[in-house]
Amino acid sequence: MSSRDLILNRVRRALAGVPDVEIARAYRGPTSAPGDIRLFEQRVRDYRAVVHVVDEAGVADRVARSLAGRGARRVVVPAGFPSAWSAAEGVAAIADDPPLSAAGLDEVDGVLTTCAVAIAETGTIVLDAGPGQGRRALSLVPDYHLCVVRAARIVAGVPDAVARLDPTRPLTWISGPSATSDIELNRIEGVHGPRTLEVLIVT
Amino acid sequence: MSVTFLGMPADRPFPRNAARAVRDSQLRFNLRKATGTIRARRAGVVAEAPDWAELREAGKAIKEHTLRNLDRYLVQLEEAVTAAGGRVHWAAGAAEANRIVADLVKATGETEVVKVKSMATQEIGLNEALLEHGITAYETDLAELIVQLGDDRPSHILVPAIHRNRAEIREVFAEHMSGWGRPAPDDLTDDPAALAEAARLHLRERFLKTKVAISGANFAIAETGTMVVLESEGNGRMCLTLPRTLISVVGIEKVLPSWRDLEVFLQLLPRSSTGERMNPYTSMWTGAAEGQEFHLVLLDNGRTGVLADEVGRQALRCIRCSACLNVCPVYERTGGHAYGSVYPGPIGAILTPQLRGMGSELDRSLPYASSLCGACYEVCPVAIDIPSVLVDLRSRARHSWPERAGMAAAGWVFERQGRLAALQRAGGRLRRFVPRRLPGPLGRWTDTRDLPEVPRESFRDWWDRTDGGRR
Repeated sequence: MSSRDLILNRVRRALAGVPDVEIARAYRGPTSAPGDIRLFEQRVRDYRAVVHVVDEAGVADRVARSLAGRGARRVVVPAGFPSAWSAAEGVAAIADDPPLSAAGLDEVDGVLTTCAVAIAETGTIVLDAGPGQGRRALSLVPDYHLCVVRAARIVAGVPDAVARLDPTRPLTWISGPSATSDIELNRIEGVHGPRTLEVLIVT
Repeated sequence: MSVTFLGMPADRPFPRNAARAVRDSQLRFNLRKATGTIRARRAGVVAEAPDWAELREAGKAIKEHTLRNLDRYLVQLEEAVTAAGGRVHWAAGAAEANRIVADLVKATGETEVVKVKSMATQEIGLNEALLEHGITAYETDLAELIVQLGDDRPSHILVPAIHRNRAEIREVFAEHMSGWGRPAPDDLTDDPAALAEAARLHLRERFLKTKVAISGANFAIAETGTMVVLESEGNGRMCLTLPRTLISVVGIEKVLPSWRDLEVFLQLLPRSSTGERMNPYTSMWTGAAEGQEFHLVLLDNGRTGVLADEVGRQALRCIRCSACLNVCPVYERTGGHAYGSVYPGPIGAILTPQLRGMGSELDRSLPYASSLCGACYEVCPVAIDIPSVLVDLRSRARHSWPERAGMAAAGWVFERQGRLAALQRAGGRLRRFVPRRLPGPLGRWTDTRDLPEVPRESFRDWWDRTDGGRR
C-alpha cells in the first residue's frame, strides 16, 4: 500500500462515526465601506515605517524627495509603475527586464512599487505581482522599499483584503519593515528584508 | 557560558528536568522577562479586536470541521497543488519524510539548503537526516540560527532561543559564526540591533546563492492549493522566493478548506503569537510560483493516531502560536528543555505523549507538568481545552502502586454509605491522634500544606442528632 493510501485509510478509520460541526461566522466579515485612510496611516507608522499622505499631483515630487533624502541613485522600477512618478532627476530607473539576478538586486539602492490592496486596521500592504509591483524578489532584496498606495486600494480589515485578492497569484503581505522579536522578545526593525519601508498614500 | 541545557536527555521525567532548570537563575530571569513582554503585547492587541471571541469560535469550528473531513480536504489539496504545477508526496512517518526530502535535494545536485523555521522538520529531525546524506541545512530564522550555531536545542515554538539573553547570543555569534560562513564582526556588541545586523550579513550571501530551500507552512488551502507562511524577518521570503527548488514539509492537520478561512486565521495567529496586529511578512504561493520547482511533503508521523482519540484530537487544531507557553506558570519557570520535546509548554504536554506514546517515563510525566490553572485554554486562539486533555492523559498513564492502592481504598470506602459513616466516626474519636505532619515520605505533602482538621462529628451524624438543627 502506498503511504498516500495508508494515511488516508488511517484518517477514515479515525473519523468513522464522528459527527461534523457547523461553522458560525459571527465575526466582522468583509464590508463594502472604504478603509479609513487616517487609521491606515497611523497603523503603518506604528510599525516604524515612514508614511506620507500626498495628492495625485504631489506624488512625483514626494518620490523624488524621498529618494534624494536617502541618496538613492539606482532604483528598480517594475513594469506598470506610472513612469511620471519615477522620473526623479539624477535617479536611474532600472527595469527588471531581462530579470535582474539576486546579486544584481542586492546592488540597487531601492525599489518602487504600487500595491494590490492595503489594510487599514493592521497597516498592511499586499503585493500580488501585478502591474507596478513586479515579482516577489523585487520588494525583498533591496534594502529600501517605497510603496505608493492609492486611497482606493485601502480596505477596512483582513476579511476585505482576503475577499479582494486572487490566491492564484503569488502574494506578499507586508506590515512594516523587516523585524524580529527573537532577542528577549523585543521587537527590532531591520533584519533580512528591506530595513526601511516608506509608504506614500495618494488621496 | 552555561552549557547546562545542551543535550538534555529525553529519558528523564519532567520533574527531574524541571528541578534542574529552576536552579538556573539566569534561565528564570531570561524567561520571566521574555514571557512577560509577550504576554503584555498579546493582551493589548487581543483586547483591541472587538470580535475576538467570535473569531476564536470560528477558528475552532473551521479546524474541527477540517479534521472531521480531513481525508476529503487532503485529496482536494493534492489535486489543487498538482494542477498548479507542484508535486505532492505523502510521508507516513519521520524516516520516510526525511528520505523523500533527501532524494529531492540530491536530484538537484546540490549539497546545501537554506531553511525557513519549521516545527514539522524539527519534529522529524530533518537536519540531522540530511547531514547523513552529505547535505548541510542552514537555519535562517534568527532564533533557529542561535540554536544551530550554539549546538543547542529549541526551547520555545515561536522563539526557539528564548532561553538565551543578548549577552549569551553575542557569545554564540562571536564564537561560532565563522564555522558556518561569514564570521561575526570583531566589534560585535550585545545590542539587539547589532546582533540582528550580524545575522543579516552572515546569511546575505547564502540567500543569494543557495538553489534549494526547505520550509514548512502555517496553512495549506485545499480549495486553491495555496501555501501560507507567516514570518517576521524576511528570511522566509528569501528562502521561498530566491531558490530554484522549494520543498515544503507540512503536517496533514495544517490544511484549511477554503481561501476565505484565512480571514479568520490571519487575525488569530499574529495577535496570539507575536502580539502584533500583523506579522511583518506573510507569503502565499500556489504550486510552482514564478517558475520555481515546488514539492509538498504531507506528513502524518503520528497525527492520525491523535485524530482517532476522542478527547485528544483537539490538539490537532493547534496553529503553533505559542500563546499557551507564554502564559503558563510552569513553562515560565522550567523553560522548554525540561519537556524533552520540540513541542514544549502546555500544548507540548498534550501533543508529545499523544504523538510519541506514553512508553517512556518522561512522556508519562508530561501530563503532570501543569497546575491545571487553565490559563492556556483561555488564551488559545482555537480554544483547545488543554486542561481536560491533560486530565484525560493522566488517567491513562500507569500510576505508582501507593497511589493505586490509595485510590482503591478510597473507592471501597465511598462505595457504601455505611463504610464512610463508620470511618468518619472512627476518625472523630481518634482525631486527637492525627499528626500535624504526616510520617515518612508522605511528610513532603504536609511540608507545604496543613492537614485538614478532622471534625468531631460528621455532617450526617449532626443532622440525624439535631434533625437538621431543629432539636
